[in-house]
Amino acid sequence: MAKHHIETTVNGDEVEFLCETEETLLDVLRDTLHLTGSKEGCASGDCGACSVMLDGRLVCSCLVLGCEVGGRRIETIEGMATGEKLHPLQQRFLEHAALQCGICTPGFLVASKALLERTPDPTEHEIRYWLAGNLCRCTGYDKIVSAVMDAAATLRRG
Amino acid sequence: MRYEAPESLEGAVALLAGATGEARVLAGGTDLLVQMRADIVDPELIVDIKKIAETRAVTLEQGGWRIGAAVTGAELKEHARLKQAWPGVVEAANLIGSTQVQGRATLGGNLCNGSPAADSVPALIAAGAVATLAGPGGQRDLPVEDIMLGPRKLALRRGEIVVSFLLPPRPSRSSDAYLRFIPRTEMDIAVVGAGVSVTVDGAGTITAARVSLGAVAARVLLVPEAAQAIVGSRLEVAAQQRLEAAARAACRPIDDKRGTTEFRIDVAGVLTRRAALIALDRARAN
Repeated sequence: MAKHHIETTVNGDEVEFLCETEETLLDVLRDTLHLTGSKEGCASGDCGACSVMLDGRLVCSCLVLGCEVGGRRIETIEGMATGEKLHPLQQRFLEHAALQCGICTPGFLVASKALLERTPDPTEHEIRYWLAGNLCRCTGYDKIVSAVMDAAATLRRG
Repeated sequence: MRYEAPESLEGAVALLAGATGEARVLAGGTDLLVQMRADIVDPELIVDIKKIAETRAVTLEQGGWRIGAAVTGAELKEHARLKQAWPGVVEAANLIGSTQVQGRATLGGNLCNGSPAADSVPALIAAGAVATLAGPGGQRDLPVEDIMLGPRKLALRRGEIVVSFLLPPRPSRSSDAYLRFIPRTEMDIAVVGAGVSVTVDGAGTITAARVSLGAVAARVLLVPEAAQAIVGSRLEVAAQQRLEAAARAACRPIDDKRGTTEFRIDVAGVLTRRAALIALDRARAN
């Protein structure tokens, strides 16, 4: 069967691509559009390393088919910094050393940004529950939670 | 592998009924894509039902709430009036997976995945939810407890899809609750799940109840004996004990690494009692 021809928006840019039915949005982002910031950890929706925003909703891109996203609005980690200027979350992750190997980091950043857009002043409890679907196997979660709380404070100051 | 995203129920039903090989309905994809990836299923046709308006709406209908089969858990959580009327259904749906999974997972998918441990199903059964199905012969309604027959086995006919669920009109002083046991605090599959819905009179006496248990049998159970054990009571200690005993008597669980038979039966009683107490508190406050 012919490939699907999909037109959509990624980080504000209009893009088009061809994909097979079984290719996930993560496959398309990484292999076709060469946006390799989103990572594949488990490919089953457990680890959150492939987190992206789809029409303003946090999802695992490994659980979305590429052919589903025509006409949608996709935001990935590549759209987070403004040119060379890091987003406050990215800056605080660096300052708090909230990463080691970095595989989980894009997913944590995308998920944390989604949280702070809804909940500008989250409690530690809220952060830990919101991020329960993002797994880190090296740094541990304390530094990540601290970085998110610090970034939230920065963003509230404006 | 074909992918189709029809915009009408008739279109979806025609595609499914006419499929020559294995066909699968795609709602949130949080089970289907994982099963495809693991080579558990290899459909010839995928029918995405999310472009069909009836599957995506939450509407008031003759005093009850109709929830589209492809409405996501995140959308249910943000629906303040639905949450007020059916907190148990909404909290059950929101126990499925992570924030990311909530952005995609649906009630229709949770039911049609056919797992006895599905979190939203006991809550829907306790709520008295009726599913509306569309198929080659037209539409029909089926109580949710009659849809799942066993693990991965559904009462749906060929070409039939779940369109929506109707939660019945709620008398005043009614509410519901859902609790589950998992070995950790988040992101796990129920070892036992218990959904309870109650209505009380002005004196706080239970006048109607429904109790449903998940993960303790081959299908999610409606347990009328447990409901009968508390109707007419104010859920005093004796009624709580009758409720626990009736819930446990209905269990026929498997024995596996996630929970022994004995443990699941014991916990089913405890969770049913606790869910009933929460539902009762909420009903009295309504």
